[in-house]
Formats: sequence, structure tokens, C-alpha cells
Amino acid sequence: MISRNVSKVLALAGTLAVSTALTPAQAQETIKIGVLHSLSGTMAISESTLKDTVLMMVDDVNKHGGLLGKKVEAVVVDPASNWPLFAEKARELISKDKVAVVFGCWTSVSRKSVLPVFEELNGLLFYPVQYEGEESSKNVFYTGAAPNQQAIPAVEYLMSKDGGEVKRWVLEGTDYVYPRTTNKILESFLKSKGVAAEDILINYTPFGFSDWQTEVSAIKKFAAAGKKTAVVSTINGDANVPFYKELANQGIKASDIPVVAFSVGEEELSGIDTKNLVGHLAAWNYFQSVKAPVNDVFIKQWHAFIKSDKRVTNDPMEATYIGFKMWSQAVMQAGTTEVNAVRQAMYGQTVKAPSGFTAVMNTNHHLSKPVMIGEIQPNGQFEIVWQTKNAIKADAWSPYLPEDKGKVADWSFPWLCGNCTEPKYKILAN
Amino acid sequence: MRFFRLSIVALAALILAVIPAAAADFAELMAKLGADDFATKIEAVEGLGALGDGRAVPVLKALADGTLYTTAEHKLVIAEPAGNAFRLFDPLDHSALGEASGDALDKVRVNNRLRNAIEGALGGLTLFSDNAAERLRAAEEALKHPRADSAAALTKALADERDPQVRQALTGALAAARLGGGSKDEQLAAIAALAGSSDPQIRSLLLQQRAVVSDPDVKRAMDAALNSIEGRLKLIGAVVTLFEGVSLGSILLLAAIGLAITFGVMGVINMAHGEMIMLGAYTTFVVQQLFRAFLPPTWLDAYLIAALPVAFLVTAAVGIALERGIIRLLYGRPLETLLATWGVSLFLQQLVRSVFGSPNKEVANPAWMTGGFELVGGNTLTWNRTVILVFCFAVLGVLALVLRRTTFGLHMRAVTQNRDMAAVMGIPTAAVDALTFGLGSGIAGMAGVALSQIGNVSPNLGTIYIVDSFMVVVFGGVGSLLGTLVGAMSLGIVNKLLEPVAGAVLGKVVVLVAVILFIQRRPRGLFALKGRAAES
Repeated sequence: MISRNVSKVLALAGTLAVSTALTPAQAQETIKIGVLHSLSGTMAISESTLKDTVLMMVDDVNKHGGLLGKKVEAVVVDPASNWPLFAEKARELISKDKVAVVFGCWTSVSRKSVLPVFEELNGLLFYPVQYEGEESSKNVFYTGAAPNQQAIPAVEYLMSKDGGEVKRWVLEGTDYVYPRTTNKILESFLKSKGVAAEDILINYTPFGFSDWQTEVSAIKKFAAAGKKTAVVSTINGDANVPFYKELANQGIKASDIPVVAFSVGEEELSGIDTKNLVGHLAAWNYFQSVKAPVNDVFIKQWHAFIKSDKRVTNDPMEATYIGFKMWSQAVMQAGTTEVNAVRQAMYGQTVKAPSGFTAVMNTNHHLSKPVMIGEIQPNGQFEIVWQTKNAIKADAWSPYLPEDKGKVADWSFPWLCGNCTEPKYKILAN
Repeated sequence: MRFFRLSIVALAALILAVIPAAAADFAELMAKLGADDFATKIEAVEGLGALGDGRAVPVLKALADGTLYTTAEHKLVIAEPAGNAFRLFDPLDHSALGEASGDALDKVRVNNRLRNAIEGALGGLTLFSDNAAERLRAAEEALKHPRADSAAALTKALADERDPQVRQALTGALAAARLGGGSKDEQLAAIAALAGSSDPQIRSLLLQQRAVVSDPDVKRAMDAALNSIEGRLKLIGAVVTLFEGVSLGSILLLAAIGLAITFGVMGVINMAHGEMIMLGAYTTFVVQQLFRAFLPPTWLDAYLIAALPVAFLVTAAVGIALERGIIRLLYGRPLETLLATWGVSLFLQQLVRSVFGSPNKEVANPAWMTGGFELVGGNTLTWNRTVILVFCFAVLGVLALVLRRTTFGLHMRAVTQNRDMAAVMGIPTAAVDALTFGLGSGIAGMAGVALSQIGNVSPNLGTIYIVDSFMVVVFGGVGSLLGTLVGAMSLGIVNKLLEPVAGAVLGKVVVLVAVILFIQRRPRGLFALKGRAAES
């Protein structure tokens, strides 16, 4: 009798011992991060280089001992410029691969697709691209420019003496949320500065559009009314290549009709012959031609990682750099990769950015960044012709849209909201 | 006498005092060119233009070209890259000054406003140049930015001018300058001179002046001139819209013609047709890379001509392989053929992605296809589209010849009209099928060569054109070359007519809906083939 009980106990103990040995250790060996950028399709021209930037940062962190003593591992997926696929892949990254953070998205429509997923699963997304504002989610950190850090200063520059005192405006965009919202803001801004409605022409074309004859002829015609005209381009993706080719072929010189683009950087220009585009403009918070020691190190690091001296750096890459560094700093500060803790540690994080300025993360989940206007040079680089003296804090809600009046984005106490007119917690009176 | 000698001496002294002052002005302005801020540079450029000293021309040109630099001692030099260093030249007389490294030189930066100022200054300075092209540019610049005080200089230039093109430009510029200032008669004469023009610059000038002028006679004359100019511009605009429509139609035609043939002869719905176009575009890229790697740069522009037969052969081979390998086995089963060819299209897309990578490939336009032909009225007909238009009609012509005059064409037409009868007559239908598929795919390959010059070369190129190709073929009538031609041209023109009105997106939607409604009334398309076939 006793021996049967003893053998049962021994068997139980044995099973427990074996099962404990077979169960994997509770603590993970690596910290996983997700990379959600299009590697094929119409946006691959812009997004594939951001994937490589994240991999470079991961490599760098691992060379310096990893984060919290663990190696960082990147999980790369390809949502192929397919907006619903972005949401599927985001869900896969968070639920299946259990990543601590995702670096991804370019177009606003891809970000809007994944937003419900991140908010439902309490994930963390770092979004490195300039966009239209009108959003501030608890689960997203926006390291790209809001309209008051890119679009508005660009238009103000063109209105100024240095920019040519432009009086007539063509707003040319791709047909989706970012150009539509940005143009709404710009139209309201221009009207508030006294520009008449007949001096503004707004036009939209689909993604991947290649037959620009009619549009460029319309621009020429609109510009021949006697007032100085400029084009504000929110065209995204590879539609830019035939657009600039058509501009060059139809002989539109930048000194006659300057085109300022918000989604064209060094990477998009690397596939075009820029000899005939000299003088056309772009507005960003960083250019590869910025003269700063941090930038020299950044460019050297990039060339060494990608094994080619010819590859260029651009603003979204710099924003990815800032985002990754800030996230790593927040993880070290919080001592964990848990999303709520990292979020709290993000506020106030600073990074010495390659733009030569110090970037600061604010409680509205946006950065303070400088604004720079550059002119295209024959070698595909940009010559900076104007920049702000100090960094500008981003406005998530535009002061030029009447429906945004009074809206506040502030995730710290007492507001704790991205889109409200009153704080969540009224401060208790004594 | 003594007084006379004294005054001569005084005069001489005065002149001697002024010349170094003028020279000092020139040197001062030159030094200001190397300043840091744009306002000083613009002042210096405008000053040099007003001074009228021809020595400033090479300096201003170098500044505009981006080859003007300052050395460490703040001296202005022109620097040209030579290997890793720069060769330095004196800005005034282009004498060699030695070499320097890039770190020792600071580029003199230019922005758009400064560029405009340079153009204005150069315009004034080169009005009397020896070079006719320079004088023409100066006259056009004077027309763009007319100033009342330039009338005297323009009159003098016109009096000495012999070149007819430059004379015409100078007359326009002079009239524009007189518009602003001068007596009422001079203004009316200037308006009369400008009324016959079709330059939108002149229209905008008249509009600007009309806003400030007060005399009712002058106003009336301006209105009449504006009406006549606007009428002419409208007409030219219509011609340009027609060209744009025909250009779009030619691209649709090139893409659809191969499909029309295979669909017509074999009744096979080939969903991989777009990928044939894509393979043609990638073949062009490969030929360009081979030319860049192995041949001297002077041959580079000819790569496009070499790419045509190569693309034809490559895609024809792929087409024949597809037909022999898959389509022949599914003969008489259209739904399975549709599915199988769609699978092949996915396979081809992924194959290209694996071999070449997903990002777009850069295919450079050869020099003879860049730029455009400056039409009157400020419109430009771009060379790349004109060449593609001509090429498209050439392909159509050759195809028509093949169909009408060769035995193979005869066999093809016979099989299209009645396959069984043709077989009974001894025509090898299986061989005709394979060769037809090869021909259709080969033409799609050549369309890819043309499309690589206009759009992006990416693995998705086929998916962009497949829907348009099917629309053209179904609309124009299956198997009929004339139907494809008329269908493509009409769809292109209608699309281009709608675009300025409804926008690009809505225009395409309207065209699609119109085609669907048309097919309801005429299911066989515009030019249906009549034959005594068993199937209707």
C-alpha cells in the first residue's frame, strides 16, 4: 500500500521535474520589433528604404549590447501598398509575433487602416512620415511633420519676397486622405491671407497616375493669367516620376512656375534625371545636405550598412532614426518593453537629430522639429534656401480649420485625450 | 584760348575721375556677388545689369549654372570638377588659375528669385550680343518682363536686327514695353501690333494693363485684342487636346492590338497579356543596362532601337511557350483558360520581382525623345509621345500588311472566320494558333518598349494596362484591326475631353460606364466581324 502511494508520488514528482525542464524559460531571449513598410507596389519607391533604416538601427543597438540585456530582433512583413493588407499584417505582428513596437506606414490611408488594430490590441506604432494632422492616438507616436511644420511654412515661404511673392496657387495631389485634408487646410490658410477663390486651383489624380499631359497643360494655362503662380504638390509614390518628367519635357522652369513638393525627397529623385528640375522645391525637416556632425555620422553609418556610397538619406529616414532612438531610450528608462510604461517614458525624450537640432517628444505624441526648404540640384540633392531658427512644436489640430476650434491633444494629466475640448479630469478644487 | 584749354583739362580730369569710379562700381558689384545673403546678391546682379558692362555676362552665366565659387580669400572663381579636385578659372577672362580641392571652395548659392534677377540682367546685357540665339532669348525675356524704359534700347536693337525670328520677338517686346508708358497713340499702335499674336504671355500682359488703364478708347482696343487672342488660343487648345487624346489612344492601341489578334483568332481570353507588356518593358531595361556596360556612351541613345526586335522575340517566345504549354491543352474551355492565364500572369509578376526586385527600374529617355516641340500659344508637344504615336501607326501599318498580303495573314483570317472550314481546307490550325499567339505577344512586347518611355517600369505594369486593353478590344470589336484602332482613338479622345472637366478619376469612371452601356446595345462591339460561322 505505502509503496503504491510512494510510487505515485515519485511518478508525479518525476513528471513535474521533466515538464519543468521541457517548458521554455518564461523570459524571452530577444525583444521583437515589427517593420510594416511596403516593399512592393506603388509605394515601394519610398518605403523600402525605411525598412533598411530600421534594420540598420537594430544592428547598431545589438552591436552595443542590445536593449535591457537582450538582443533586438526585427520582424519584417510586406503589406505591398495594399491598405487592407496593412491592417492584417499589423494584427499578425502584434498577436502572433508579439512584437513590442511597430515601425511602419507611409500613406495616411495605410495608417488609418492600422489605427483600429493598434488601439484594439494596445500596440505601439511609430509613424515617421509627414502627414495631414487631425489625429493624435494613444497608440501612435508621430515622428513626421504635421502641416504647421511643413505645408504652412512652405506656402509662407512662397508668399514671401525670397520665394517669389506667389499670388496664384495650384494644389495638385493624389486622391486620398492626406492630400485632401492638407489641401483643405491650405485653402483655408490661403483664404485667410486674402487669396481669392479664383486664384486657387485644386486637382486630384489616382495612385500610380502616369498620363500627366492634361494636368501639366492646365497648370501652364492657369499660370498664364499674369500673376506669379506656384504648384503645391502632394503627389505620392511613383506617380511623381512621370509628373516631373512631363514638367521637364514641357519646359516648365522653376523660375517661372516653382513646384514645391511634400512627398518628394532624395530617394524619389534618385530615379529621375534632375538636370531640368533645378530650382523646384521640397519642404522637409531634414535634408541629406544639412551640415551637422550628427548628420555626418548618420550618413557614414548608412553607407556602411547598405554597402553603397550612392544611396541617399532623407527626412522619413531621419524620423525613423529619431523614433527608434527615442523608443530605445524610453525602454531603458522604463526598464521594460510593456506598452503603457514605455508610453509614459516617451514624453520629454530628446534626441540629437541629424538635422542639427534636438528633437523633443511632446505630450501630444508629436515632435518639435525645424522646418527647411530646399531647391533641387543637378545631382539629385537639395540646397537649403530657408530654414527656421528654432524647432517648431507640432499642432495636431490645425488652427485654420473651423471644426478644429478648441481641440486639444494632450496625453498627460489632466487632459488624457487626443481629441477633446475639455480635460478628462477636472482638477479638484481645494 | 586759355579758358578753352582749362575747360579741356577740367573735362579730362572729370572723365578720368569718373572712369575709375565706374570701374570701381563694377568691381564693387562683382565682390558683392560673393556675399552670403540673397538680398545683397540680387542687388549686385541688378546693378550689373543696369551698368551695361558686357564683362559681366560670363560671370552671371556661371552663377546661373552653379559653377561660381568663392575661395578662402573671398575671391570669385569659376570652378569645374576635374577628378577629385576642381580646376579654377578667372570669372572675367576664363584664364586658368590652377587647382583646388572641394574643401577650399564655397559655392555661391542661388535661389529662384536670384535666378529671375540673373535672367533679367542677362537679357539686358545680351540684347546686342553677336550670337543670334542669345539675342532671341534676350528679346523673349524683355517680353516676359516689359519695362517702359527699355523701349529705347529695344528700338535701337530692332533697327540693327537682320534675323527674322529675333525681329519678330523684338517687335513684340517693343510693343509690350510701349503698352505701359507713352502717349495714347503709341499705346493704341502697340495694342494693334499685339492683337495678332497667339502668345499667352501677351494675353496676360494685356490683362494686367487693362486693370490699370483708364482711357475708354484704349480699354475698348484692349478688349478687342484680348478677344481675338483668346479665340486663337481656344482653337490651339482644341488642337492640343486632340493631340493628347490621340496620344493616349495610340498607347491604348499598342497595348490592345496583340489582344485583339489572339482574342479574335482563338477566342482565348489571355489574362497574361499585360505581363507580356511588362516583359517587353523589362527587356528594354536589360538592353539599356547592356548598352551602358559594354558600349561607348555615344551609342547609348540607340538602345531603344535595338530593344524593339529583342523585346518582340523574347515576348513572342514566351507567348508561343504559353500557347503550346497551357492554352492548347485547354482548347474549348474558356473559363479554365481564363483562370490558367491569370495564374500565369501572377507567376510572371513574381518571377520578375524575384529576378529584378520589387522597386521600379529606371529607364532613361534617349536624348532625341526628351523635351518637346514648342507650339504657338505656349503649348508643347512632347517628343516622346509624338514618337510613340508615329511608332504606333507604323506597327498598325505593318500588321495590316501582314494580315492582307502574306500567306500567314491569310491563314490567320481564315481561322478567325471559320476554324473548321479552314482546317478542312488544309490550313494547319494548330501552327496558326501558336504563331498568332506569338505575334500578339510580340506586339505586346513592343508596346512595353514604348510604355517604358512614358511610365514607370515595375512588376505591376501589366495590371495597369490589362483592363484598358480588354475595354478597347471589346468596344472596338474582336478580331478587327480597324475596330481596335477606332475604339482606342475614341476612348482616348473622350477620356482627354472629360479630364479637364471631371478630373482624372471621374473621367475614367464615366468612360467605363459608357462602354458598358454601349455593349448592352451592340454586344459584338463597333466593328463586328461578319461571317458564316456556326457561333453567332
